[in-house]
Amino acid sequence: MSARRILAAIWDFVVGDDPRLALAALAAIGLTAVVCAFGLSAWWSAPVVALAALRWTLRGARPSATSASRTSS
Amino acid sequence: MSGAEASLALSVFLACAVEAVEALTIVLAVGTTRHWPAALGGTGVAVLVLAVVVAALGPALTVLPLGVLRVVVGGLLLTFGLQWLRKAILRAAGAKDKHDEEAIFAAEAAEAAAVPVAAGFDGYAFAISFKAVLLEGLEVAFIVLTFGANQHDVGLAAVAAAAAVLAVLGAGLALRAPLARVPENGMKFAVGVMLTSFGIFWGAEGAGADWPGGEVSLAPLVAVVLLAALAMVVEIRGRGATAGPAAAPRRGRQVA
Repeated sequence: MSARRILAAIWDFVVGDDPRLALAALAAIGLTAVVCAFGLSAWWSAPVVALAALRWTLRGARPSATSASRTSS
Repeated sequence: MSGAEASLALSVFLACAVEAVEALTIVLAVGTTRHWPAALGGTGVAVLVLAVVVAALGPALTVLPLGVLRVVVGGLLLTFGLQWLRKAILRAAGAKDKHDEEAIFAAEAAEAAAVPVAAGFDGYAFAISFKAVLLEGLEVAFIVLTFGANQHDVGLAAVAAAAAVLAVLGAGLALRAPLARVPENGMKFAVGVMLTSFGIFWGAEGAGADWPGGEVSLAPLVAVVLLAALAMVVEIRGRGATAGPAAAPRRGRQVA
């Protein structure tokens, strides 16, 4: 297995199928660190960023008539 | 056992049980249609590889400074948790197909039966079982490691994971059929909520935040994440099935 394939497998394992959520996790923790650096209370920032990002990724979703019985991984 | 330890054990147990059910379906399909010894051989080797990964990386993770460990582990758990939760929300809202072990079993069995069986050792059955158990188990091994290292209790996490595997294996052997009645989609929703909550908690703590009340705030955090996720389910359901296509699953690793 080439180094490129190994890196691709690691990327796929860590980042998964939606890079936006990996970015959201980074942003949530990064913003917390920044707020802390200013000496402010920061515990609220990670949940707000993470949940807002999750909702944002779901903004176009709507129920499908065929989704109840088929399979998926 | 503290509340955090109980949450850790429950999260690892649920995550492991879900992945074990999925792996069991594939091993059963390959074993019943082709060659049981090869299917079980592939399963055994994959379990050994996973055990080696946990044994090798567990002590290495605990060497990291606590702050660094919590940022890294929190970030990864949050990434995994958000992915699990997104898919669970889509499934609960009817925007993504639900996991159906019987249908997956039928599809895997048909695929396995279509490949000619060579004389002697069945490499196909071995490889498919090995790959299924390794891929489904890798993420659980990671969850065991990260939860365990952060709580300084890899042993408890490993015991919870082993208990889940044994429970699923026992049920699978007793039924000799895919565990279609396991509330897999609900369990995935719960795991997504727990991983996201722990990821937020540890990630923020590692970044320097002080949670009000320390670990006590974990329970309200889980409640907030759960309520937000349920609200998103209700919101998506409210959009109805009239306009446009449903959100398509994105390509790549299927984590949950």
